[in-house]
Amino acid sequence: MSELLKSYRFREERQADWQRLDLILTKAENGGVKTLSDEQMLALPRLYRQAVSSLSVARSISLDQNVINYLESLCTRSYFFVYGARTTLGERMMQFLRRDWSAAVSKSVWTTLLSAFFFFGGWALAFFLCLQDMDWFWTFHGPANFFDGRNPDATVEYLRSTIYTQPGEAEDGQLTAFSSFLFNNNAQIALFAFALGFAFGIPTAWLLVYNGVMIGSLYAVFWDKGLGYEFTGWLMIHGVTELFAIVLAGAAGFIIGGAVAFPGGRTRLASARVAGQRAATIAMGCVVMLIIAALLEGFGRQLINSDTVRYAVAGSTLVLWLVYFYVPRKGPAE
Amino acid sequence: MSKPPVKPVDTSRRPGISMEAAVQRRARLAEEMRAAKTVRRLVTPEGAAIQLKLGSASERAGAFMIDISIQWAIVIATFIGLNYIASALNPGSANVAFAFWLVFFFFVRNFYYIFFEIGQRAATPGKRVLGLRVAARDGGRLTANSVLARNFIREIEIGLPFQFALMGGDQFGAWMALFGLVWSGVFLLFPIFNKDKMRVGDLIAGTWVIKAPKAKLMPDITSAAAQPETSSRFAFTPAQTGAYGIHELHVLEDVLRQSTPEIKAQVASRIRAKINWTRIEGETDLVFLETYYAALRRRLEQRILLGDRKTDKYDLR
Repeated sequence: MSELLKSYRFREERQADWQRLDLILTKAENGGVKTLSDEQMLALPRLYRQAVSSLSVARSISLDQNVINYLESLCTRSYFFVYGARTTLGERMMQFLRRDWSAAVSKSVWTTLLSAFFFFGGWALAFFLCLQDMDWFWTFHGPANFFDGRNPDATVEYLRSTIYTQPGEAEDGQLTAFSSFLFNNNAQIALFAFALGFAFGIPTAWLLVYNGVMIGSLYAVFWDKGLGYEFTGWLMIHGVTELFAIVLAGAAGFIIGGAVAFPGGRTRLASARVAGQRAATIAMGCVVMLIIAALLEGFGRQLINSDTVRYAVAGSTLVLWLVYFYVPRKGPAE
Repeated sequence: MSKPPVKPVDTSRRPGISMEAAVQRRARLAEEMRAAKTVRRLVTPEGAAIQLKLGSASERAGAFMIDISIQWAIVIATFIGLNYIASALNPGSANVAFAFWLVFFFFVRNFYYIFFEIGQRAATPGKRVLGLRVAARDGGRLTANSVLARNFIREIEIGLPFQFALMGGDQFGAWMALFGLVWSGVFLLFPIFNKDKMRVGDLIAGTWVIKAPKAKLMPDITSAAAQPETSSRFAFTPAQTGAYGIHELHVLEDVLRQSTPEIKAQVASRIRAKINWTRIEGETDLVFLETYYAALRRRLEQRILLGDRKTDKYDLR
């Protein structure tokens, strides 16, 4: 009886290596890959393969639960480490900006057009209805005073004053607070439009139309008072970026909705997964665009009071975005 | 731990098993079957199978509670901190501080999870506490895009029901809110209704949440029993080592590793009665249990090598 168990001898011979692997993994998990020495990096794949083979042998010869649980956990951890992501956050961001973002957007032209259709459809609907009969404005907005008194009852002088910053009107602090509030609001709406896509894209479409109606009716108020040209400049200096972002967020929602509703040849799960990756890239991009839009809105618009310069900024941002997204670029494909 | 499927044993025809024991055994097997349903096999490129256990809905809810508390703590602490600094500097800077805080709030709300899950451990602090991590469903790399997707979706799972719950107003509004709450509740409770315990976000991102607890390697119990002077004094007959199966061995292992001396004494006396063991001189409960464990394991492991798993004491072949 004094002879050792086979499973015990098996463990005795290998446990030093298991524990060494455990140590390396703990170090890497706590401090990242960079904390590992060259020697440890080289030892890792060998130790990992050994642990995996130990696990399959242990399962068939050992009845020691603790050993099997330990190896199970060790192998899971090292599997995720060995086959896990190697890129750093900085590299990931560069790749996102260089390639992933524009690739995802340029692949989604049709959903972007669909999303734009809903948004500008809502806009046009509200605009023409309001031009015919200004009572529609109150139907859309209700009696609440949403736009700081910018409604059909306002005077031309008041409306004009909202478009241009009067000297000494607002201190910097308020501008910053206001633009960050708008950013918060818009970015949350953009992420909502993305997430709601899961319900077959229907709530996303509604959200787009609703936001289109809001802006369209406001636009009609200014147009009606003969301020169309000035208001366009006021809106578009940041609106090109902001509305583009909202439309793209809607497109991201439609990508998901479409993949869930019409999976095609794939299973619904696989189709959702492929679409989700692309849509999430676009949604992340929307957040970036909305940050830029908020900066343009908070500072650019308040500091630039010339219509021509406003139009120039709007036009050049549009060209920049279109070139960035849709001009094909060199480099390895995904 | 998943165990190989247990061979059904027809207990009705054997008079030796009491009704109570049969009921207990069935309950145990049902429990094992239920546990086996949350285990997923992952075959590594080396060809070895790793068993992944899915995190349960309650564990994930617990992790979320921890995370949301941390988020609120961060947001409130920065609010108070910024307020203090702003009022100390000059009254006009309150707006700037508030602007900064709003943007910060947005990022904490939406990027807290992303920041942690993109890292090496693929887990937020809450998940780490409960031994969970995010993994790609196909066993491949967890991409940054997946992490983005699964967390942006959170907006409809948590944000939407929350907003509907706060909505109210007149009668029509209240009905709309109730309808919205039920509708969005489907997203919130989604993980309960699918076998992979996926959130909507997991479904879209192609991920799932698995248990990845750190286990500790403990000393082998048989190493203590292997000293020649102990083992030579305890000579168990084949009938005595054949009294129990693998399930009982594992229970005995748990008893030896974690329980109190009182429980050990109880277990020792039950085993002694079962195998008709007469105490030898100077025998303590611990030494008896350790040597019996070693003898039982030796016997059962030998049988396994011959392709014969005795799953429990009712498994008579």
